[in-house]
Amino acid sequence: MSRFDPRRAGMALVAPAMAFVVAVALSSVVLVVAGHAPMTAFRSMFDFGVQPDNVVNIVNKASGYYLSALAVAIGFRMNLFNIGVDGQYRLAAMCAAVIGAAVALPGPLHILLIVVVAVIVGAIWAGIAGYLKVYRGVSEVISTIMLNYIGTALAAWMLTPAVFATLENNIVKTPDLPESGWFPGFATSGGEVYGFVVVSALVGVGYWFLLGRTRFGFDLRATGMSEPAAVASGVDVKKMVVASMLLSGGVAGLVGLPILLGASHSYGQDFPAGIGFTGIAIALLGRNHPIGIAFASVLWGFLDVSNQILDLEGIPKEIVTIMQGTIVLAVVVAYEVVRRWRVNSEQRRVAAQLGGPQAPAAPGPATTAGVA
Amino acid sequence: MATSTITEPPAADAPSGRPRVNPWLRAGSLILGILLVLSVTRVLSDAQDITSSGTAGAALRLAVPIMLAGLAGLWSERAGIVNIGLEGMMVLGTWCAAYGSLQFGPWAGLIAGILGGALGGLVHAVATVTFGVDHIVSGVALNLLGPGVARFLSSLIFTGTEGGGVTQSPQVAQPPSFTVPGLASGLRSLEDERIFFVSDAAGVLGGLVTGLSWATVISLLLIPLSIYVLWRTRFGLRLRSCGENPWAAESLGVNVYLYKYLGVIISGGLAGLGGAFLSLVASNYYREAQTGGRGFIGLAAMIFGNWRPGGLALGAGLFGFTDALQLRQGETSVHALFLALAIGLALYGIWGLSRARRVAGIASLVIAAGSLALYLFTDTVPQQFTTATPYVTTLLVLALASQRLQMPAADGLIYRKGTAK
Repeated sequence: MSRFDPRRAGMALVAPAMAFVVAVALSSVVLVVAGHAPMTAFRSMFDFGVQPDNVVNIVNKASGYYLSALAVAIGFRMNLFNIGVDGQYRLAAMCAAVIGAAVALPGPLHILLIVVVAVIVGAIWAGIAGYLKVYRGVSEVISTIMLNYIGTALAAWMLTPAVFATLENNIVKTPDLPESGWFPGFATSGGEVYGFVVVSALVGVGYWFLLGRTRFGFDLRATGMSEPAAVASGVDVKKMVVASMLLSGGVAGLVGLPILLGASHSYGQDFPAGIGFTGIAIALLGRNHPIGIAFASVLWGFLDVSNQILDLEGIPKEIVTIMQGTIVLAVVVAYEVVRRWRVNSEQRRVAAQLGGPQAPAAPGPATTAGVA
Repeated sequence: MATSTITEPPAADAPSGRPRVNPWLRAGSLILGILLVLSVTRVLSDAQDITSSGTAGAALRLAVPIMLAGLAGLWSERAGIVNIGLEGMMVLGTWCAAYGSLQFGPWAGLIAGILGGALGGLVHAVATVTFGVDHIVSGVALNLLGPGVARFLSSLIFTGTEGGGVTQSPQVAQPPSFTVPGLASGLRSLEDERIFFVSDAAGVLGGLVTGLSWATVISLLLIPLSIYVLWRTRFGLRLRSCGENPWAAESLGVNVYLYKYLGVIISGGLAGLGGAFLSLVASNYYREAQTGGRGFIGLAAMIFGNWRPGGLALGAGLFGFTDALQLRQGETSVHALFLALAIGLALYGIWGLSRARRVAGIASLVIAAGSLALYLFTDTVPQQFTTATPYVTTLLVLALASQRLQMPAADGLIYRKGTAK
């Protein structure tokens, strides 16, 4: 991340571009096989996606995706897999909705309280996984998967009329937040953009600063790239694992807030689920870089919103899910291919400069932290 | 090491010193012990359904897909590839099985399910073995891809058919089932006698031999088959060596890539069969989200069972049993389970203390006291908490016993050909 190197930057873009092309090509093949014209589908998706109200919708969706991907990326940079973002944000949103509805405070304070509650709940839920990893040797992959389901069950229990929810017109949901707890949005010609978009962007800046410009971030990345080297330079890896899980969970706690504070104002059965898994895909596509993740979030939002038009054209809109899955798989394969190619070409260059006839050795395995 | 399932090396004490107990004897006494605890619980708590034939039958139906998913995870992880894409492969299995059954009948459906899952396994193998992509990342991608493909295919093929649509298939034919003649009715009358232990055993056995699907029988046979193939054949030894130390295997001339491919494809096939079981045996149509996280529960059962077929079968049985209780007088039955847990853990704790395993012993006693308190001070358990039982159990097992678990040593590591030192 030091000086700008056009060669490196170019290669960083090759992989996602390759992945996108592969995904588009593959979905085109699927569409042709199913008897539809792929160009028509993509054109109508694009035309639909750039209409003002859909742009607003895309930006709003992307704000949550962005936070989710950042939460995942914090773990990735340290070689930790926080697969539990999904459970963390839903439990956090649930608790924030309940507490936010129970108190009355002046505007900014009320919002601050809700945000703090969400961050704390998310951090605690992720912190359990961090604790289990450090003190009991349990892989965070398994524990966060289990915690997802336990969190889902817990939220479902809290969402029963006997506990925290109310039953209105056959819809079970938490009581509405008082208006002081609503996050003001920006009115545009296409509708209201969530005000929380600003918070998402700030978290992105904070992520960039923390990881790229502080001692903590350096230690975190160093641990991700080589744990033995980090230990040798005096990093307390156990502390780093717990700290980064708490941080990742704290950011994950924010994921549901754009919707909670900007639109739904309550947590109900229809509260969106699965954003945590979307975040994993977006973090991979955006290569754990705050700007890359921003682009990937918007792309994901675009695909999610613009697929609505396909049904009207008689094309199954599920093609978009296939496209998204293919993008993820293609992007990681592409990174690996580009990385190997780069290592080989560098070895060849060095060998040429040294003038020796050494054959390039096979590149070693990559880590998710080692990218970018 | 990031993708490995347990990050600390297992304690070296496991195989040393202790005399080897005959595994059949051990399994038998374990089953008898569990049954005894349940009988005591039934008498003390008056929750009649915890050992009834209905519960046992339902438990078997619910346990088989979990067991197949666990077995799928086992085959892959024994070859050194972590497979959290099981859920996606199971989804492919549910869809393909329904389609196959619709087109060519139930048996073809089961085979179609296996093929669908194996296709998912092939994708995972290409990504992880050939391209060296991180196993977890590839698994996550498959979990996105599986439901997407199933949904897309449904909207192409099932939409417009009678009873079918984007989210479900029309009704499909099921594989035949049978009831063991004579035995089932005899056990049923014995069950109605309500004699301590005898009726409980009769109830459980009766449930297992009534309305048994041939698909269940085949699935159950896969456990001994896996034990035989993985631990008693040259093929199995080679496959496991790829999970323990692929570099050593390579130096001995094993084609590591080939064995890893086979392990993951078989894994996908088993997951697909698990999916097929859900859409053809547990119900008679494909439905979206039919797997309901069973791929992950299977993974949990595999870890619970310490990467061994017998252990994972026990784990799957346990998870299936709690699921079944939920269906049979759920709140009372699961509440009674706290008492069973308290009795079982107290016995285990005392045994642990007598064997000088202080930490595990004390922890078990503390949890036993906790669940006894829960039993005494509450009346029912909210249904949402019973859903979470397998996950909480797995977390507890991992937290308490992770040092004693032995996963394959090179599980989750990325292996490149020609990197042996």
